[in-house]
Amino acid sequence: MIETRNFRILRNIVLTILSLWVAVPLYVVVSTSLKPLKDVSGLFQWIPDELTASPYFDIWTTVPLAKYFQNSLIITVAATVCSVTVAVLAAYAVARLQFRGRRAFSLTVLSTQMFPGILFLLPLYLIFTQIRNVTGLQLQGSYLGLIITYMTFTLPFAIWMLTGYFAAIPKELEEASMIDGTGRMGALFRVILPVAKPGIIAVAVYSFISAWGEVLFASVLTNEATKTLSLGLKSYASESDVFWNQLMAASVVVSLPVLIGFILVQKHLVAGLSAGAVK
Amino acid sequence: MTHSALDRGDPAPGGGDAPQPGLASGPVPDPPAARTALPVRKKKKSFLPYGLVLPAALLELLIHIGPMLLGVWIAFISLTQLNLTNWLNAPFVGLQNFVNGLNPESTIGQAFFSTVGRTLLYTVTVVGFSWVLGMAGAVFLSSNFKGRAILRTFFLVPYALPAYVGTIAWAFMFNQRDGAVNQILVDTLHLFGDERPFWLLGQNSFGAMIVVNVWQLWPFAFLMLMAALQTVPADVYEAASIDGASLWQQFRSITLPMVRPANGVLLLVMSLWTFNQFNIPFVLFGAASPKEATLVSPLIYQNSFGSWNFGLGGAMSVLLLIALFIASFFYIRMVLPKGADND
Repeated sequence: MIETRNFRILRNIVLTILSLWVAVPLYVVVSTSLKPLKDVSGLFQWIPDELTASPYFDIWTTVPLAKYFQNSLIITVAATVCSVTVAVLAAYAVARLQFRGRRAFSLTVLSTQMFPGILFLLPLYLIFTQIRNVTGLQLQGSYLGLIITYMTFTLPFAIWMLTGYFAAIPKELEEASMIDGTGRMGALFRVILPVAKPGIIAVAVYSFISAWGEVLFASVLTNEATKTLSLGLKSYASESDVFWNQLMAASVVVSLPVLIGFILVQKHLVAGLSAGAVK
Repeated sequence: MTHSALDRGDPAPGGGDAPQPGLASGPVPDPPAARTALPVRKKKKSFLPYGLVLPAALLELLIHIGPMLLGVWIAFISLTQLNLTNWLNAPFVGLQNFVNGLNPESTIGQAFFSTVGRTLLYTVTVVGFSWVLGMAGAVFLSSNFKGRAILRTFFLVPYALPAYVGTIAWAFMFNQRDGAVNQILVDTLHLFGDERPFWLLGQNSFGAMIVVNVWQLWPFAFLMLMAALQTVPADVYEAASIDGASLWQQFRSITLPMVRPANGVLLLVMSLWTFNQFNIPFVLFGAASPKEATLVSPLIYQNSFGSWNFGLGGAMSVLLLIALFIASFFYIRMVLPKGADND
């Protein structure tokens, strides 16, 4: 819009309100994470009386945070890597090749992307039970079980986004490469993948973020040994007490990796999301 | 897709007899295949696409299609925690689960239908507020000023945070008597007189949940609307303002129509996410939401893993599934370009 004086005044007001709206909860988290325990139980104080970094050290001993971290990392990375690998191949085929069932396949991917985890939770639980009954393989509470369930949301998303990225790459690029005798697969690996790398990384980061924040499957399919961060953070609340300062410190620590990743790839992510979702 | 290939193929200076655009011409010619010649097509039959799609198709079958079919089956059997480990032998009960659970006369049925209604109200409210905030942010960040890039990234933070972290932050702020929300509303603004309302119990919990969800969702609307607004050329606004159009008129007759195509998908996607919301109530209230704030996904969860009434959870899942299939039909119509129909 045109920057008249009114526009600028209005802009300042609106952006200030929006900034406060975003900032206040973030400020509460960070400031609380730096307070001693005695200062977090009573009336909330906007200006801390006393600053301390000790919650950031205590979080590791109050609960097995490192273990939860490790669990989340293993499950999230594995689900992301599997999804992206499988999705790269499928998305390339959908974006570039004609084959029977292509449309049916894309429709399936597209619609399952919108279905909530709650629809898959109980059936997958039963399937896991049956697998255990037949083969003795214990999937409930195992990394593998969670990785599989996490792919219910990372895979369709990755296929859909990557299809968009691949379709946006000019065909001439791989045609040139195929004339040079690389063949389809050679063109995919030597030409398309390098060109699409930023997009692929963005998709991977986004899958990672969504798996990192998952709660539903984790609440049913983990046990003490495989508990992820999303549930582990609850342990800062005991029957009688909530260690709010440590809970907030842990929240900061847990958020930083995904926040940094998001900020690094956000440009490519926006391009992909808006190409995929909003045409 | 096919069209653009042809469009691009013709004027391209690719040299006299460069291969015809399209997929039929393998650059490594394969004469035998061409000569055995089916009358019209000389396309070599290739298994490559199937090989590429196979892993994904198998996984889709394993994690989506299979479970969905099984989910429908669950709705027709009597599944309790007693036969959970031996569910293949659970007795078939036909429509019993639907009759028991969804009878509008019964308490369970009433709870179900009021939950659906509440979830719809919740969805409309959350999506409405998120859209308005996202639009406001997008409009004002589309202009150039110092600090724009920083604000843009900053506004995305709630969206990038793990959902449970944002919710925990709000849970702390809504925290009973002493939280930051009551600090502002009661101590600073002196609302509610001497009372310090509880925000995570009873009636208020519904509103609290909306606030948390809007906080997490609006950056997505902002993101998408920003992308949509970037396609509006600046001189359109210039022309309008020379003609004396007010800011509001510019917004109504330029900005809004320009984001119309983006809006359809954006609103639908946000509605689906909100309608299916599970994380926020689960972190905010625990496994059982207050009855004034129970949404569909948490209700199915409660029935299945709280009161072990799997048949009921299954019946509700089937209804949800049907609703989502209808919604996804519209979503697909909006998202897939028309040209993709004919292959």
